[in-house]
Amino acid sequence: MSFGGNVSEIQFATPQTVKEAVKCLAGAKGRAKVLAGGTDLLVQLRAGMVRPALIVDIKHIPELSAVKREDGGFRVGAAVSGAELGANKAFRKAWPGVLEGLELIGSTQIQGRASLGGNLCNGSPAADSVPGLIAAGATCKIAGPKGTREAKVEDVVAGPGKTTLKPGEFVVSFFLPKRPKHAGDAYLRMIPRTEMDIAVVGAAVSLEFDAKGVCTDARVSLGAVAPKALLVKAAGKALVGSKLDDDALEAMAAACRAACNPIDDKRGTIEYRTKVAGVLAKRAARIALERAQA
Amino acid sequence: MAKHHVSTTINGDPAEFLCDTQQTLLDCLRDELQMTGSKEGCASGDCGACSVMLNGRLVCACLVLGVEADGATIDTIEGVAQGDELHPLQKHFLDEAALQCGVCTPGFIVAAKALLEENPDPTETEVRYWLAGNLCRCTGYDKIIRAVMNAAAEMRGA
Repeated sequence: MSFGGNVSEIQFATPQTVKEAVKCLAGAKGRAKVLAGGTDLLVQLRAGMVRPALIVDIKHIPELSAVKREDGGFRVGAAVSGAELGANKAFRKAWPGVLEGLELIGSTQIQGRASLGGNLCNGSPAADSVPGLIAAGATCKIAGPKGTREAKVEDVVAGPGKTTLKPGEFVVSFFLPKRPKHAGDAYLRMIPRTEMDIAVVGAAVSLEFDAKGVCTDARVSLGAVAPKALLVKAAGKALVGSKLDDDALEAMAAACRAACNPIDDKRGTIEYRTKVAGVLAKRAARIALERAQA
Repeated sequence: MAKHHVSTTINGDPAEFLCDTQQTLLDCLRDELQMTGSKEGCASGDCGACSVMLNGRLVCACLVLGVEADGATIDTIEGVAQGDELHPLQKHFLDEAALQCGVCTPGFIVAAKALLEENPDPTETEVRYWLAGNLCRCTGYDKIIRAVMNAAAEMRGA
């Protein structure tokens, strides 16, 4: 069986290096799609939503499939699967909240393939792994015809299904910085079921504290409450200088609610999504605090 | 463009097939290799009926391109029994009547086998979460969960 009728032939490439991949994408006669885990692309192909002339499988490039230490932090290949990153104990210890987001995507089977790069570049406002990366202050390395560049994760998605990547560009890897001694992160999402669903609201919080337990840095990111995942700077500011007392948490939640610009649909009204964003951010902040104290 | 010539290893044996780019691994298994044990339920990665192992990882064959199998190792439901000897999971699925129509069963067996290889002594909750991506519209799941727990106990020698 094929993907419906009238599908013109799709070329397929398996570059072994970033340079080769850039060349493949630049040489495509028509639209090219990058294949990482394929958990979104194959569904879109089947539904006829995309009809590429070329599919470029980037998983044979060592850099795309590796998790490495770099400057005390981590460099994670864009195509590393959830199952693989989840098995990395050092990463789990440093960034449990980032993994919480990634591991909430789909089933065990999906985890065998789904990647951070794919989740980001698919451009869903409800992408579960994106708020955690934004809260972590992660950057990504992007390769393209003009060489490589670094971008903040929050700057990669432009809106639903759209990225700021230029033609021929693709995400190579993510960099997550070194964690200081007292730091923690967490991600929570609201869904009406217990498993296998799309976020109605997602909230990620990453915190750093000094030896006295005063918050020195805080980054709060919300998913599914705007056309793309948000970095809510005012929410982070509301926590810095505090010990996460109730007043500071409520100020943070208010900043989260103020930042929301959600859709209104059967899965959640504007009012509901806005209220839940504040509640989830508070809960995530408390978990991040516990982790920082552990 | 000519079809892709894919060389792979399926259930320990070398296998080759020809496919177009857009054919999924599930299409290739069923239509090119006549290995129809893996089922197509949703074709969108939601139901798990096409669960196979790809290089030792549990995946949905409907979300893998056939051409991606080139040089890979695939394990399917056809490799679970050893000749006429059923795998403990298969025996316990029969004993517990953990299937009715049977379309979801190959996926459940392959997924449960992957779990027990990683975690020989799972809790019921762990089994339920691991199998959350395998849908069954007949049994109501309880019999499936019991069958997996019983198979795990037998395999541990408990």
